Amino acid sequence: MIPLGFFVAISAVLFCLGIYGVLIRRNVVGILISIELILNAANINLVAFNKYLGTPDGMGQIFALFVVAIAAAASVVGLVLVIAIYRNGKSIFADDYNLMKW
Amino acid sequence: MVKFAHLIPVFPFLAFLINIFFGRRLKGESALVAIFASAISFVLSAITFQGVLAGEGSYSLGHWLTIYGTPLNFGVTVDSLSVMMLLVVTIVGTLIQIYSVGYMHDDPRFPRYFAYISLFMTSMLGLVLADNFVMLFIFWEGVGLCSYLLISFWFERPAAAKAGLKAFIVTRIGDTGFLIGIFLLFFVGKTFYFADLTHVSGNEFLLTAAALLIFMGAVGKSAQFPLHVWLPDAMEGPTAVSALIHAATMVAAGVYLVARTFGLFVAFPLCLEVVAVIGGISALMAASIATVNNDIKRVLAYSTVSQLGLMMLGLGVGGYSAGTFHLMTHAFFKALLFLCAGSVIHAVHTQDIQKMGGLLSKMKITGITFILGTLALSGVPPFSGFWSKDEILLEAWNNGHPILFWLATLTSLLTAFYMARLIFLVLFGKPRSDMHAHESPKTMTVPLMILAVFAVFVGLIGSPVAHHAFQNFVKFEGHHVASEVSGGGWIVGLSTLVSLFGIGLAYLFYVQNNKILPVAFCARFTLIYKILLNKYYVDEIYDFLFVKPCLRFCDFLSRFDFAVIDCMVNSVADFTQGCSEIIRRVQTGLVQNYMLVQVWGLIIFILTVGKICFQF
Repeated sequence: MIPLGFFVAISAVLFCLGIYGVLIRRNVVGILISIELILNAANINLVAFNKYLGTPDGMGQIFALFVVAIAAAASVVGLVLVIAIYRNGKSIFADDYNLMKW
Repeated sequence: MVKFAHLIPVFPFLAFLINIFFGRRLKGESALVAIFASAISFVLSAITFQGVLAGEGSYSLGHWLTIYGTPLNFGVTVDSLSVMMLLVVTIVGTLIQIYSVGYMHDDPRFPRYFAYISLFMTSMLGLVLADNFVMLFIFWEGVGLCSYLLISFWFERPAAAKAGLKAFIVTRIGDTGFLIGIFLLFFVGKTFYFADLTHVSGNEFLLTAAALLIFMGAVGKSAQFPLHVWLPDAMEGPTAVSALIHAATMVAAGVYLVARTFGLFVAFPLCLEVVAVIGGISALMAASIATVNNDIKRVLAYSTVSQLGLMMLGLGVGGYSAGTFHLMTHAFFKALLFLCAGSVIHAVHTQDIQKMGGLLSKMKITGITFILGTLALSGVPPFSGFWSKDEILLEAWNNGHPILFWLATLTSLLTAFYMARLIFLVLFGKPRSDMHAHESPKTMTVPLMILAVFAVFVGLIGSPVAHHAFQNFVKFEGHHVASEVSGGGWIVGLSTLVSLFGIGLAYLFYVQNNKILPVAFCARFTLIYKILLNKYYVDEIYDFLFVKPCLRFCDFLSRFDFAVIDCMVNSVADFTQGCSEIIRRVQTGLVQNYMLVQVWGLIIFILTVGKICFQF
C-alpha cells in the first residue's frame, strides 16, 4: 500500500503548480486550467484521506465528485467571462486588463 | 371715535403681498392693486384727519413687550403732525403710482416695482403712525430697505447697484447713531414714548447726547451734511421713485423725526442749535452745488438736500410749524418737479440739461407744470414755497439767529437761480441736440396737473390769507404759536426780491447771454467753479478717509485669510491627499497582483498562526 505521504506530497505539488500557474500565466485560459489543478489537488487529498481514515460510506469520494461537478460548472462560467472579455478588449492576456484600479 | 388709523398701512401691505406673490400672473393689473390700496389709505387718512379736527387723539392697540419692567404698547399716534404726514404721503404716493404706470410701462419687472412701492407705503405710513421709538425704528429701517431696493431697481446697471449700496451704507451710519440714541434715552430717561419726551428727566449730559444721536439718524435719512452724499447718487433709480422716496416722503422722515421728538430738542437748546446749524450748512452747500450741476435729476436732488436743510434750520430755530409746513409744501412741489423731470427724461432719453432746450413747445403740459413747480420752489408769491420759506426766514429772524437768517436768504437766492437755470436750459432756447421729444401719456400728465394744483395752492393754508390755519393746526404744545407778530413785512419783501433777483440773474446768464456770461464766469472763478462742480470734494474726502482705508484693511484681512487660515486648513488636506497618492499605487488593477498578495498573505498567516498556536 502506498503510504499517505506520497498522496499528500503529490497533492501539495499539484497545488503549488496550480498557484504558480494562476500567478504566472498571462493567458486567462491558462489561469483557468491552473485553477483546475488546484481543485484536483484538493480532490486527491479528499480521496486519499477517505481511504486512510477508513470513512465508512465513502464521504470523501462523494465530496470529490461534487468538486469535479462544481469545477466543471465554474469553468463554464469562467470561460464565458473570458469570451466576453475577449470580445470587449480583443485580448485574453490578464495583464492587459487593469481597469480595476484607482 | 377714530380707531382705525392703524389700518392705513395695512392696505398697502396687502397690496405688497399680492404683488410679490402673484405679480407675474397679474402683470399690468398689479399697478391697479397698488394704486387701489393707496387710495383706500388716502380715504382712511382723510377720515382720520376729520377725526383729529373733531378732537380725537392717539390710542393703543394692546400690550407688545416688557423691556426691563417697562411695558411697551402697540401705539398709534393720531395728532395734527402725523395726520398731515399721512395725507401728504397718501396723496403724493397715490399720484406717483398712477404716474409710474406710464413711466414704467415697458419694464420687465413692472409688478415687482409696484410691490416695492407698496411696501414702501406701508413702512412710511407705519413710521408716521408709530408712537414709540421701537416701532418707529422698525419702520424706519423698512423705508431704508425699500429705498435700497428701488434705487438699485435697475440692478443690471453697475452704477445703480452701487448707488443702492451707498445709500444703504451711508444711512446705516446715521441709523447706528439713532439706535444708540434710543438705547441711551431709554436707560437714562426710562421711556420709549414720544409723548413722554417733553417731561423726560435724567442726566443732562447723557440726554443731550441721546438727542444728538437721534438727530444723527435724521441726518442720515434726510441726507444732511455730512451724510448727504448718498442722495444725489440715489438718482440712479427710476424717476418716480426719486420723486416719492427721495424727494417727498422718506427723506422728509428725518425732519419728521426731529419734529416728533421736538420736546427733547427744546429741552436741550444745544441740540436745537446743532439741528439749525447742520440744516443751514446743508442748505447752502447743496444749493451752491446745484447751480453748476448739469444732470437734471441731480440738480433736483441737491435742491432736495438744500430744502431739507432749510426745514431742519426752521425746526432748529424753534419754528416747529414753519419746518413742518415747509415739509408739506416741499413734498408737493418737489414731487411735481421730479415727475416733470421724469417726463422730460422719458421723452428725450437723456439727463444732461446741456443737451436739452426748447422743450416747452413740444411738451406743453410737462413744461407748464414744470414752470409752476419751479416758481413754487423758488419762492415766488403766491406759490406755496413762498409762504413756507417765508415762515422759516421769519422764525430765524424773530428767534434771534441773524447769521442763519442770512444763510437761508442766500440759499433762497441760489435756489431761485438754479431752478431758473434748469427751466431756461431745458424748456427754452433752441434744442442743443437731436431730440424727438413728445408729450408723455395721460397717466403721466394727469398726476402732474393735480400735483401742480397742490404746488400752487397748498401754501395758502398756512398764509395770512387763511389766518395761518396750518400753523394753528400743527403746533408744538407748550411752545409759542407761529409768529403772527408783525415786523416781518420787510422779510416778506426781501425774500420776494431775492427770488426774483435769482430768476433774473439766471435769465441774464442763460437766455440773454447764454454764450458769453456763464463761460466768462467759469473762467473768472475757476477755483470756485471746480470746487462746486466736484461737490466740495466730499466724496473724494470720504473715499480717502474711510473707503480706501477700509478697503485696504479688508484687503489685508483677505490676504490673512488666504495666507494663514486657508494655509492651515489646506495643509491638513494636502497631507492626507499626498499619503493617499502614494498608497493608492498598491492598487494596480492587475488581478494576478492581487492574487499574489493574497497568497503571500495566506502564507504569512498560516506561518504566524502555526508559530503561535502549534509552536512549530
